[in-house]
Parts: sequence; structure tokens; C-alpha cells
Amino acid sequence: MRLEFFELIDTVEEMDIDGGTIRIVSHLPDESPVFEGHFPGFPVLPGVMMLEIMNHAIGYLLYRRYDKSRFVFLGGIKRAKFRRFVKPGAKVTVDAKITHDGSGFHVAETKIVVDNEVASDAEIVMLVTDFPNDSLEQEMVRRSKLIKVLTPAGS
Amino acid sequence: MSSTFEVVAQVIADTSEIPLVEIGQEAHAIDDLGIDSLDFLDIVFALDKKFGIKIPMESWTQEINQGNASMDDYFVLANLCARIDELVAAKTA
Repeated sequence: MRLEFFELIDTVEEMDIDGGTIRIVSHLPDESPVFEGHFPGFPVLPGVMMLEIMNHAIGYLLYRRYDKSRFVFLGGIKRAKFRRFVKPGAKVTVDAKITHDGSGFHVAETKIVVDNEVASDAEIVMLVTDFPNDSLEQEMVRRSKLIKVLTPAGS
Repeated sequence: MSSTFEVVAQVIADTSEIPLVEIGQEAHAIDDLGIDSLDFLDIVFALDKKFGIKIPMESWTQEINQGNASMDDYFVLANLCARIDELVAAKTA
């Protein structure tokens, strides 16, 4: 994970493309400029970053479901709760499940688990469109390979 | 049993700040009611669930952009209800 570069997922542990579920794991860095400001003297993962990690998890699942051909991005947060602080160095597991497949959008339930406790949960809306340019499309392939999104489903 | 329009109007009222009494069958969701595209997605999400259908927003948008349909065809509520009835009928056929 490189928090400040929005490389938020270390690896995909489980993925059921048709069933619409994914589990990813990340290890927070011990140090990051993000932690220096949030909060000075009490470094914890900002809630917006928790949302972003959950967004990435479901985004990669949808990206794979669309066979790498569509750009998936956050469209809305229907509900979100931040239940405990997540500290530098923590192992973060995200479970996400698509609960509704719309036309051009999807709704998902997601949660972040740290030390067997739910740190955050949210219902989020993902939008789907064409890639805006080639460089982003190529970068998505590169990042997907790094975190093993492109390996066979469920492996 | 509620009519399609009654369900649609209630969903719009529930997902927006528009009073139910101001939602008429001839109202245009965008031009008259001021619903933007993201808010309309919330409405579509609710209608998908209420009617057990998948409103084909992507293909509707494509038809409009290509000039094969007008905004009124899908966003005037009476027309939207007619499209929903068609989708429900196709599902049960």
C-alpha cells in the first residue's frame, strides 16, 4: 500500500466475479504524510481513506467483471459509519458485496475489518463508463496485475 | 394496488425534497422537478427494486445522445411509467 499515491490494495484474497463478492487485504504503512496531518500526535487512518479503500475493492471487482473494458468510479455514499480508529501498520481486510446491478451503476455493501472488529462499513454507489483515456486504462491493467485482480476468479 | 405513477411519484418524493403533491404525470423529471443525474440514479435504484426490473439507463442515454429518442420519452413521468410498465410486462411474459 502507498497511501498518499492511492495505491490502497496489497492483494486480492478472494473474488467471486459473478457472485459479486471480493475480499482484499492491505497493510497500512507505519509512516505516511497522511498520518502526519491526521492527527498530529495521534496518527489514524482518515475516514475518507477508509471509504476510498472500500471503493477500490468493489471497483476492482467490477473492473474485472467488465473484463477490463470499463472505467468504474465512486458515484455516491448512501451510508457510512466509522466505528473504530485504524492505526499505522494495521492489517486491513475489506469485504465487499454487490447488492444491486443497475444499468450504468452498481450498489455495494462494504466493510473494513481490523483485528476481527469492523472498523467501518458503508453502502456505496459505483458508476460505470468508458475509460477517459488510454493511459488510465493501461495503468489499471498494471495495478491490477500487481494486486492479482487478473488471476482466475476465486484463486 | 398502487398505480405505476403513484409508486414512481412516491419514490421521487422519498428520495428528493419534492413534495408529493407537486409531482404530476406530465412533469419532466429534470426540467420541471430539477432532479439531477445522480439523484435520478437514486430514483432508478429504488424503482429497480420496487418493480424487480433493470431500467436500462445506459441504452436510454445512448438513444438520446444519438438522436433516436428525446429526453421527454424517458423523463416525462407519464412516459417513464409507460416504459416501466413495458419492462414489467417483458419480465413476466
